[in-house]
Amino acid sequence: MNLRRLFLIATPYAWLAFFFLVPFGIVFKIALSDYAISIPPYTPTLDLSQGWAGVKEFLDGLDFENFTFLASDALYIKAYLSSLKIAAISTFITLLVAYPIAYGMAQAPDEWRPTLMMLVILPFWTSFLIRVYSWIGILSGEGFLNQILMWTGIISQPLTILNTNTAVYIGIVYTYLPFMILPIYAALEKLDISLIEAAEDLGCTRIQAFWLVTFPLSRPGVIAGCFLVFIPALGEFVIPSILGGNETLMIGKTLYDEFFANRDWPVASAVAVVLLLLLIVPIILFQRNEQKQREAGL
Amino acid sequence: MNRRFSWFNATSLTLGFAFLYLPMVILVIFSFNASKLVTVWAGFSTKWYGELLGNQAFLDAAWVTLKVAVLSSTLATILGTMAAYVLVRAGRFTGRTLFSGMVYAPIVMPEVITGLAMLLLFIAIGLDRGVTTIVLAHTTFTMCFVSVVVSSRLVTFDKSLEEAALDLGCTPFDAFRSVTLPIIAPAVISGWLLAFTLSLDDLVIASFAAGPSSTTLPMKIFSSVRLGVSPEINALSTIMIGIVTVGVITASLVSKRSIARQRAEEQAAVRTT
Repeated sequence: MNLRRLFLIATPYAWLAFFFLVPFGIVFKIALSDYAISIPPYTPTLDLSQGWAGVKEFLDGLDFENFTFLASDALYIKAYLSSLKIAAISTFITLLVAYPIAYGMAQAPDEWRPTLMMLVILPFWTSFLIRVYSWIGILSGEGFLNQILMWTGIISQPLTILNTNTAVYIGIVYTYLPFMILPIYAALEKLDISLIEAAEDLGCTRIQAFWLVTFPLSRPGVIAGCFLVFIPALGEFVIPSILGGNETLMIGKTLYDEFFANRDWPVASAVAVVLLLLLIVPIILFQRNEQKQREAGL
Repeated sequence: MNRRFSWFNATSLTLGFAFLYLPMVILVIFSFNASKLVTVWAGFSTKWYGELLGNQAFLDAAWVTLKVAVLSSTLATILGTMAAYVLVRAGRFTGRTLFSGMVYAPIVMPEVITGLAMLLLFIAIGLDRGVTTIVLAHTTFTMCFVSVVVSSRLVTFDKSLEEAALDLGCTPFDAFRSVTLPIIAPAVISGWLLAFTLSLDDLVIASFAAGPSSTTLPMKIFSSVRLGVSPEINALSTIMIGIVTVGVITASLVSKRSIARQRAEEQAAVRTT
């Protein structure tokens, strides 16, 4: 191995190892430590100057107390379960909203497609924070939605939507919609039209042909889209803290508050470790799915 | 697939894009509202833009954000391109699996976890939090996006071009500079743009990595948004949406023209042979 190759491999390797892998080691370590009123606010700290005795003392100080604490406190369990619920429901709604759009794009005339693609991608480049913020003016008590509903006479009292879970669902569906549209569109675009024509020639109605041919063939895109929405939604912080209210429990927000408001680093680290464990299953499933697609494509 | 573009298709596209764009359109319109009440129209005015430009805290935050975004996206592009090259071209080496894991993991990692982990590292090594730490944190998570973009381009391009350059006496570095880099340049540029946008946009990781004297624009927006809607934030949002729209449209026109030029050159080459 020559020097140049070594340099090429070692530079990004060392960077990621130091700034990504090592920090996770630290999170695990602090998750096993105890809270203390000191700087930094946890104990034990590794004291290498004492040699082996220091390492031994350090290892003795580590325990799973924070994890038993998380398991015994209903707040954390509720936050985990409620994040799973919110992420799952909003992924499903996003799918329902995105599929007809992706289907319409795939059916559209060829010359429209670059423009339609750009219209889907443009919001992705626009600030996430601003897109979430834009819903405050719409959903608030004197917001546009309530104004329209009251003006048309559908309701007589303004609805409370902002600072509820409904607002969080709307926020997630809105911000993650492009992530669902694009993979479904990619799957539908590749679809061979003669398969649908064959189904219709053989006596299927248009709707039957859709459920028997089109939808099953678009499934890889649907699965990829669902993962792309579910995984980030599970750890979401910005949407629940801007649009959600007191009833909204999401684990990303709990972690943030535990760290910044309560300054309990060991518990915040333990929350991070559990969230990571929760995410590993969908992430591995997602990568398997991608791998299968890549092999099928070759 | 395309045929019969039905009424159902037209309706779902119209409703879908209305849903995607209406909130932003409302935001832009009401940034020109004369009233402090953001949901009641009281005539056209640009006074919120004036107030925004007179607000030193916002200007300072914008400057910090821009500095961080330029530095971190440039670093991320260099490191990410190297990482992509290693993944696609370097073949086997010890710890390759760990390496590719580290390249993809930050993309799916929730920002709260990445932010927390980074902050604990900075404290452990005794680095004072400020612009430097935000740049380091942003470089780390955006380089992974750059490497995904660049490696998808590297995979599709013909390795024999590089080998021909090497056979003709180029050093590996020369071959990379004069053959590989021009071909992957569009991907490197989009990687840089992606890293730049992600850095401009990031709230969570920056809040963990920032010190008391280094507030970024998203952090400033977030703290004022928590108090409710304000016309100044609407004005700021309008400026940001405007910059992004112009940028994306320009980029797509430029890439369309370069594709057309490439096609013309290829056809000319075919004709001369």
